[in-house]
Amino acid sequence: MKNFTRRDFIKLMGSAAAVSAVGFPAIAAAGGKKQVVVVGGGPGGATAAKYILRADPTIEVTLIEPNKHYYTCFFSNEVIGGDRKLDSLKFSYDGLSRRGVNVVHDTVTGIDAEARKVTISSGHSFSYDRCIVAPGISFGDDIAGYDMAAAEKMPHAWKAGAQTALLRSQLEAMPDGGMVLIAAPPNPFRCPPGPYERACQMAYYLKNHKPKSKILILDKKDKFSKQGLFTQAWERHYPGMIEWVKASDTNGGVTRVNASAGTVSTEFDTHKPAVTNIIPSQKAGEIAHTAGLTDESGWCPIDGKTFESTIHKGIHVIGDAAIQAPLPKSGYAANSEAKVTAAAVVDLVNGREPGEPSWVNTCYSIVAPEDGISVAMVYNLVDGKVAKVKDAGGLTPADSSPGDRKREYEYAHSWFNNVTQDIFG
Amino acid sequence: MSVIRMITLTLGTGLLLGATQLSAAPSASMLADTCAGCHGTDGVSVGPATPNLAGISEIYFIDSMAAFKKGDRYSTVMQRIAKGYTDEEIKLMASVFAKLPVPKTVQETDPAKVALGEKLHKDNCHKCHDEDGALPDDDAGILASQWLSYLNHSMEDFKSGRREMTKKMKKKVDGLTDEEISALNHFYASRLSSGSGL
Repeated sequence: MKNFTRRDFIKLMGSAAAVSAVGFPAIAAAGGKKQVVVVGGGPGGATAAKYILRADPTIEVTLIEPNKHYYTCFFSNEVIGGDRKLDSLKFSYDGLSRRGVNVVHDTVTGIDAEARKVTISSGHSFSYDRCIVAPGISFGDDIAGYDMAAAEKMPHAWKAGAQTALLRSQLEAMPDGGMVLIAAPPNPFRCPPGPYERACQMAYYLKNHKPKSKILILDKKDKFSKQGLFTQAWERHYPGMIEWVKASDTNGGVTRVNASAGTVSTEFDTHKPAVTNIIPSQKAGEIAHTAGLTDESGWCPIDGKTFESTIHKGIHVIGDAAIQAPLPKSGYAANSEAKVTAAAVVDLVNGREPGEPSWVNTCYSIVAPEDGISVAMVYNLVDGKVAKVKDAGGLTPADSSPGDRKREYEYAHSWFNNVTQDIFG
Repeated sequence: MSVIRMITLTLGTGLLLGATQLSAAPSASMLADTCAGCHGTDGVSVGPATPNLAGISEIYFIDSMAAFKKGDRYSTVMQRIAKGYTDEEIKLMASVFAKLPVPKTVQETDPAKVALGEKLHKDNCHKCHDEDGALPDDDAGILASQWLSYLNHSMEDFKSGRREMTKKMKKKVDGLTDEEISALNHFYASRLSSGSGL
């Protein structure tokens, strides 16, 4: 276990002022290595670990992640629709290990910002000069009766893997003419277009296999990402199959479930769907709360330039857990934030002022085979805050042709291949 | 430009700039890294549609981004993204990709089309797309080992007028059938690829 920090080194050097000139280089070589600990191996954490080593191979980078494999949330809706196998979303950390990242499969139980130390469940701890926390999301308690046991009957499928497979198998098992209910979450949440792309992918499966079925989306919002484009796509491909109910029509969407009875309630009515997909409200991943990195919103406040926590110095929070708006909570944004923060961390541990940041995001949604839509934006730093570059970005035009959208579909799949290579390769 | 150099210049010319105008541009690598999500780490795309950026000349990169920004070149997302960068930032990005070697891609091509494409290339294209489209000094797009789907899209756009051709290219392309263009695309896609080509 390497617990030797720069601070220890300085202390040691101070107490050993009489050390001979010959002795100095040996100690410097042993203790001079800068250490960065990355907590969480999703798109944010994995990209950060990789890009720190790319920029400065002398830094010792440790990535701590409980799971041996990561299943990407992005493109998991294609698994639910049936055009993609779950295994195609599965990535290992072998690529990062080969690059020299010290990958530790364990759960972080605490981060001591004062002592600059990360502790894992085995009791071991890792000292750091800088720590990057990328824990993704955890779920809020806005829906009464929805707990871990309920999620086995009414999957959220908002963290990919077993939950994705469960939702897919429930669709396969449901009768023709049944109703699928999606409870869409309030803002802010991971993957803003995700629930509506999911409705497309479910409808794609049902249209071909159970065409009398319907999808009901009970939303906790009155509007949603790419709304015009999704509404067009629902009409184009699945007319009459998808009904979206805005929050104000039910006085706030789904409030209660009874998983054993199979019922879902709003303030006004109760449904008994064939398949229920509950996407609860969200907040930063658990370790962010344990480490005291969150504010009253449940998310982590950060400095716009470096994503350093404004609560605990020396700890940077990236990806979905951070209050990073106007950047969205998307895989691509996490990947982009990770590169900017990796560069800043390399500068900071080497005693340099971090450079100007530049971020990007493109979110594709697959509304049907060979039909993709997107939203894109470039971001810069204005007065210390993340800002959208004026006049940049935007949506797929409403009057785009089928040929244009077929290309977006191809570019969406190229994005998946390239971004996962950029993250884990 | 460094902040110190900017301040020196500012003082030297007697200009007074507000603090916000003094912010430096992001570094070249910071900017180029934003492309990687779609175009691959270091501009080496694993496909199947997004083109490689590695190895393309600075002039071609800058011209392409300027055309996207102005709306002169058709795109899906690139017009929207190019508008997010200043001309200076685009120059910095271009400098990164121009220093990288042209990458090899592994993709399937049709041998009969490759053979026909090779002949058509020699008869029509090689003067401006030398070394089978692998020479950055031509300041044309890198065609060798480029992703087939991207080559198909590009030629479709040239033919339909959504992307402008030089007069020389237009004269050649107007004389080629769709099958011949497809053969050329297969030929270029096959170059540098493992198991075929050079």
